[in-house]
Amino acid sequence: MRKMALDCVYKLSKLDDRVIFVGSDLGPGVLDKMKTEFPDRFFMEGVSEQYIVGMAAGLAMEGFIPYVNTIATFLTRRCYEQVAVDLCIHDLPVRLIANGGGGVYAPLGPTHLAIEDIAIMRALPNMAVVAPCDADEMNRLMMSTLEWPHPIYIRLGKGGDKIVSEEKNGFELGKSIKMRTGIDGLFITTGVMTQLALETADILKKDGVDVGVLHVHTIKPFDHAGVIAAMKDVRAVVTVEEHIVNGGLGSAVLESCSELNPELLPKISRIGIPDKFATEYGSQNSLLKHWGITSSTLVGAMMKKLGGAS
Amino acid sequence: MAFDDRSKLLRRYVIDAMRGGGRGHLGSSMSMVEILRVLYDSVLKFDPQNPQAVDRDRFILSKGHGCLALYAILADRGFFPVSELESFCRPTSRLGGHPERGKVPGVEASTGALGHGVPIGVGIALALRLQKSSSRVFVLTGDGEINEGSNWEALMAAAKHKLTNLTVMVDYNKLQSYGRTVDVLDLEPLVDKFKSFGFVTHEVDGHDVSALETIMEKLPFAESAPSAIICHTIKGKGFPFAEGNPEWHHKSGMTEADIQQMYDCLA
Repeated sequence: MRKMALDCVYKLSKLDDRVIFVGSDLGPGVLDKMKTEFPDRFFMEGVSEQYIVGMAAGLAMEGFIPYVNTIATFLTRRCYEQVAVDLCIHDLPVRLIANGGGGVYAPLGPTHLAIEDIAIMRALPNMAVVAPCDADEMNRLMMSTLEWPHPIYIRLGKGGDKIVSEEKNGFELGKSIKMRTGIDGLFITTGVMTQLALETADILKKDGVDVGVLHVHTIKPFDHAGVIAAMKDVRAVVTVEEHIVNGGLGSAVLESCSELNPELLPKISRIGIPDKFATEYGSQNSLLKHWGITSSTLVGAMMKKLGGAS
Repeated sequence: MAFDDRSKLLRRYVIDAMRGGGRGHLGSSMSMVEILRVLYDSVLKFDPQNPQAVDRDRFILSKGHGCLALYAILADRGFFPVSELESFCRPTSRLGGHPERGKVPGVEASTGALGHGVPIGVGIALALRLQKSSSRVFVLTGDGEINEGSNWEALMAAAKHKLTNLTVMVDYNKLQSYGRTVDVLDLEPLVDKFKSFGFVTHEVDGHDVSALETIMEKLPFAESAPSAIICHTIKGKGFPFAEGNPEWHHKSGMTEADIQQMYDCLA
């Protein structure tokens, strides 16, 4: 997914000379093709996220569209005031490409785990927050970013994820995608958790439980209408995210229902990272298991809400 | 050094705004009146009728809390009416306690949170160079402000990119909110610090108009490095009760007597 995001920056840089890439001391060879063909618009800066966000704001004030890339925790926690003041108060078209949303960097420990990035980014006025489910969707998202006039936070999963998105569904920022229909229940998901939900829906189907999957790639601006409409026809809703349960997708769904359709609230159950920093290393999958984000917990939560065995 | 009429007039405008708002950063504004006066009278290219003209020079007041002095010079140069200064900090005024881009004509960046002006200025300078523009970028920081590490990240980058179109100026009034900079966080040797970060750096008396004009005429100081000017100033300059007194960094709940006392200093 990361490779696709960066390949897209190169493609965009060929299409539009407003496109600029800014990295903070990334790995060797990153975007070499862009660096060779458009050296003036390729910036590999030092380990200095406060500066690079301000710098990107300055470039955007003069009409450029900077794509800024580094590890998600550094692009959110380290420079939160710069993101808030320089990008969001000025409402500038800067794109933050954040590597390693959720448990991707499991072996590296809690300093590198972006567990609350969605919550803190979506708290900022003017900021859009997007978490694609696979590389193909990343491609569609990235190619749609040129004309969005506001800042965008783009959350990346790990590389090599299974492709589950479909070209025919297209991509529109702020519009959720019905990936699977089901008459009994609904998983509402974002990022690569959409893949887990689709797998789990297959498992439930074998047991005669028909569950749909609504992929909310854009957590902000939130697709209130699409989410509410999808929830109305089912008896149970489980939100699934590789993010702390406080303030992420599940919270956005609860807020939306609370404001618009409070009668839907009892249907909802949330699955996400518990409210604590990770205490284990291992792999992304082992952390997900440790956090209780697995097919079996999804099945359990869905069945409980449907009134069956859990 | 006695003020000439122009320095007195600009200070009077600052007091007009403080009277209207009943508050303001007096000390922080009065130390930079001459710096802004020379920039706007002799150095910067701008058109008050077209504040967004592409060929303008960009000035960023990074120490946004000094905005009273910026509002004074912008009003004086015709970006908005002088009479508007009295609306300072009122609910629907354009002139808030920190300057905002998009609200105040002539303000390039919303500042107030410290340590943002230099990084943004570096980005603008890079953009202008990419566009082959001859416009220049000036950033004025405070001295307490450069306690913030983001400034030093950006200074290193400005030198790396050899931004000859960027000038960073420091209003070095030696006082920050709590007290003397030498006690809170000593910046010395400041000139050497800037030099070691790759800036060709000069010092000047920040209240000496002709010295400021002379040094700024020499910009850029080098053909392949950014420029810095350390301006030695006095916080609250022109107001004996406020000069060097951290109590006057910011004042609120000002009375008519306070205001009159300030006008009297300029008589």
